[in-house]
Amino acid sequence: MDITKIQIQNNQSKINLAEMEQMARLIRAKIIELSYKAKTPHIGSSLSCTDILVAAYWQALEIDPTNPDNPNRDRFILSKGHAATALYATLAYRGFFPLDFLETYDKPGSTLPEHPSPHCAPGIEAATGSLGHGLSLGVGMALGAKIKDLDYRVYIVMSDGECNEGSVWEAALLAPAQKLVNLVAIVDYNKWQATGPSNQVMSLSPLAQKWTAFGWNTLEIDGHDLGTLSQVLSDVPDKSGKPVAVIANTIKGKGISFMENDNNWHYKIPNENEYKNALEELGF
Amino acid sequence: MRNAFSNEITRLAKDNPEIVVLSGDIGNKLFDQFKTQFPNRFYNCGVAEANMMSMAAGLALCGFRAVPYTIVPFITTRCLEQIRVDVCYHNLPVVIVGVGGGFSYASLNATHHSCEEVALLRVLPNMTVICPGDPMEVRLALRAALQYKGPVYIRLGKKGEPVIHKEEFSFVIGKGVPIRSGQDVCFLNCGLLLPNVIQAAEILKEKGISAGVISFHTVKPLDEDLLKEVFSTYPLVVTIEEHSKLGGFGGAVAEWVTDQTQFSSRLLRIGSSDSFFYSAGEQEDAREYFGLTSEKIADKTLNFFTGISKK
Repeated sequence: MDITKIQIQNNQSKINLAEMEQMARLIRAKIIELSYKAKTPHIGSSLSCTDILVAAYWQALEIDPTNPDNPNRDRFILSKGHAATALYATLAYRGFFPLDFLETYDKPGSTLPEHPSPHCAPGIEAATGSLGHGLSLGVGMALGAKIKDLDYRVYIVMSDGECNEGSVWEAALLAPAQKLVNLVAIVDYNKWQATGPSNQVMSLSPLAQKWTAFGWNTLEIDGHDLGTLSQVLSDVPDKSGKPVAVIANTIKGKGISFMENDNNWHYKIPNENEYKNALEELGF
Repeated sequence: MRNAFSNEITRLAKDNPEIVVLSGDIGNKLFDQFKTQFPNRFYNCGVAEANMMSMAAGLALCGFRAVPYTIVPFITTRCLEQIRVDVCYHNLPVVIVGVGGGFSYASLNATHHSCEEVALLRVLPNMTVICPGDPMEVRLALRAALQYKGPVYIRLGKKGEPVIHKEEFSFVIGKGVPIRSGQDVCFLNCGLLLPNVIQAAEILKEKGISAGVISFHTVKPLDEDLLKEVFSTYPLVVTIEEHSKLGGFGGAVAEWVTDQTQFSSRLLRIGSSDSFFYSAGEQEDAREYFGLTSEKIADKTLNFFTGISKK
């Protein structure tokens, strides 16, 4: 089946578990297609956070693709901007822009480069790609809601490698001090960064305990369990009076047997056979 | 200058509910009035400037006029990455205010000096760089910056700088302010040395040299119309700044004039040399060391003017 011919957009804010699972498969297939055709890296990183995006965009976020600038919308920042294909595909299937627009990905002159920014397309809240910015931007946004007495929430998805950046921990120290209960930091904890295991490069573990010690209400979950993700991301603001940290245990390359936990797929680009096999595994 | 800033931001915040001040753990007493009047619009962000700068951008993305404030090197070079990506790339109306430009905090040693940041900030796309020359220019620059649609950096001194402009005037970002006219030499002053430059012009007058003075408060965008006028009128143009001669205001003017074909006037740049200031001492000691006192500015200018006049 040609993934490009599938023109399903689902503009519904709450879809059921089976529909979310189907959407996750579709987005994973689109991620692989985008990288295969444009010859761009970071497939493994995009596949590991796909379920987080599906649960956020089809369950948790109070957003309206026809009114992307609503001042009281929930904000979502993909701080691990190198997983841009996951965000682009999600926004397209969620109805922020036509699916055809994805065909321009990484083409000269297009507004869809390999890292996202608000200049790219509707629905993108912030420019990311340089790691360690999203959480601090989110702290500012969450504080803005507090000042204006609005009830929007702010969701930030970071990579575990991103937690190497000192600015992440500056933001992690400030958010609880300001009692930003509308802020959610999600770590896509796939245990790998660009050149090695994230717990060997830096001493991340015990990651959940670190966030707890910094004053966050920290939840460690299966980052591919769409039901749990939906519940956790929807249950915000948290009753504890703290910002929420979600340590989402994930698998880099999730969904494709020969990509899972193989860090070569941080940079590797699939050949034609790998592309076809990957789509077949996803049911396309 | 910092008192002018705190008074003015407090005054402006009454009419602008979008103004939010972020402090990098300094100036608590300075902002007492602001905090009393607007308790939910002042945040001490701690000693964490990178986070503070991105927070300012996050607030601006939600419609606020964020004003992050701390000591110059910490609000600029310390978090240059956040200024570049979060503030400038998004082209957000964040007004970055640094206190202690140049050698204002000379006695605290080079960690607290800043003679590089103008060079680094002015190359960032979308960034506007303003170095006010007196407390009145601080007030007027702040008003203009808070109306401006894009990032602005305002470089303050410390406290007690003399007031040069007794009355308010029409302050326009990117437009220099003539202070006195002359015929032989034109001083283009950028920032903290304005009183010294006016005094230098007086010294030169006594020696028979007629020197004009312009407060050239905006480094970017450059007032090109005024530069054309000045380079058409004076045989010698002198840029003055309490900043490195490398890449700062003088560098900007030198870049500009290099690309012009029609001028025969000469340019002299006066600023600090490519060196840290390693000694103990106050701002005046650092200025003495780097040749930024009125007398030394006058001497350098006279020597250069004499040299080009002989040719």
